[in-house]
Amino acid sequence: MNYTLDFTPVINGLPSLLAACLGTLGLAVGGMVLAIIIGIGGVILRDSPIRPVRWLVKAFVELIRNTPFLVQIFFIYFALPLAGLRLDPTPTAIIALGINGGAYAIEIIRGGVQSISKGQVEAGLALGLHKSQVFRLIVLKPALRAIYPSLTSQFILLTLTTSVASAIAAYELTSVAQRIESDSFRSFEVYGAVTLFYLVMSWLLMSIFGLIQSRYFSYPVK
Amino acid sequence: MGLNEFIFLLVGLKWTVFLSAIGFACGGITGLGVALARTSGIPVLERVTAGYIALFQGTPLLMQLFVVYYGLALMGLRLDAWVAVAIGFTLHASAYLGEIWRGAIEAVPRGQTEAAKALSLKYVSRMKDVILPQALRISLPATIGFLVQLIKGTSLAAIVGFTELARAGSIVSNQIFEPLTVFGIVGALYFAMCWPLSLYGAHLESRFAAATR
Repeated sequence: MNYTLDFTPVINGLPSLLAACLGTLGLAVGGMVLAIIIGIGGVILRDSPIRPVRWLVKAFVELIRNTPFLVQIFFIYFALPLAGLRLDPTPTAIIALGINGGAYAIEIIRGGVQSISKGQVEAGLALGLHKSQVFRLIVLKPALRAIYPSLTSQFILLTLTTSVASAIAAYELTSVAQRIESDSFRSFEVYGAVTLFYLVMSWLLMSIFGLIQSRYFSYPVK
Repeated sequence: MGLNEFIFLLVGLKWTVFLSAIGFACGGITGLGVALARTSGIPVLERVTAGYIALFQGTPLLMQLFVVYYGLALMGLRLDAWVAVAIGFTLHASAYLGEIWRGAIEAVPRGQTEAAKALSLKYVSRMKDVILPQALRISLPATIGFLVQLIKGTSLAAIVGFTELARAGSIVSNQIFEPLTVFGIVGALYFAMCWPLSLYGAHLESRFAAATR
């Protein structure tokens, strides 16, 4: 082994790599917002009185959860123009991430809604709480508390998944890394450094989410 | 899309199955080691394996494949592409399965370990005969869930340049310019592999939930 590691391409490319981290986070945030919208909509439709609608939601969840994101993003990338939507790779990636995350969000949010039993609401009303208080304190907060951990870990997972969006050349960390790599041929150094970037990002997100959880969503001690 | 293209996809499918099987089998063996080290009670081992797990759970699978792929080449190992990719999936799977099985081992009631100790069973027999069989049962739904993740994850080998199902799909799609048909079929093939597993996992989960109620 007579290879000397050379991190100059990484150091020279640092500004664009750091900017690309923001691109990655942007993709993740955009995808997650869309995912939560799809999630809430899906949960409502899943209880629809119309059977084909319920069936469609279930089919959507199963279809997305049992196929690779890479295939989904390729499919969407080619399908959108046919549907008359000509978008850049980055918005396309956000849509793909949103659809993918949405299928998981439906399952997570459904679990949260089911965790609130009807008796709790009735008990709250019996104690003389106002309807809005019941909704805020007895329905919303416990439901959020129940889904918060899974929803945030889903967000971190989505952040890691954004790297696959490099396959359609969306603007994010992996595609910028690939560009630097193809200019410098320092594959191991570039990808090693970028791996570290991802690690730092997921750690940061994890600690921020943990902080919010202990501040707002911790279970009452007593 | 003609028969030749479809056969090309099926050859890719064969590699997907092969990669998933190797990653799951080798990852399972090393993952068991990770889980045992993680629950060994030896602080150094626990901390090292915790770091190992955090590293793989905090970075994208695609990056892991890239780093392993080019890292092995740097170490002067001239490996076939599939070997390098399989090593990447093995490491990935060992971390995830290690974490799943750690949870399962810790979920086995403490009394079981205490009873085994009281019967003066040594570590190997305590694990092999008492704890692990129970842990395996507890972990089965999550393990199957991870297998589905792994099968889907093998599609990323396409980006590294290995011709499995997803890349076979890209190649065919570029040849015949029918991306929607091709990726639709590719997606259906993945679905045909993953869905039965998902259903089985969900079935086990509800059965365990009913048993512990």
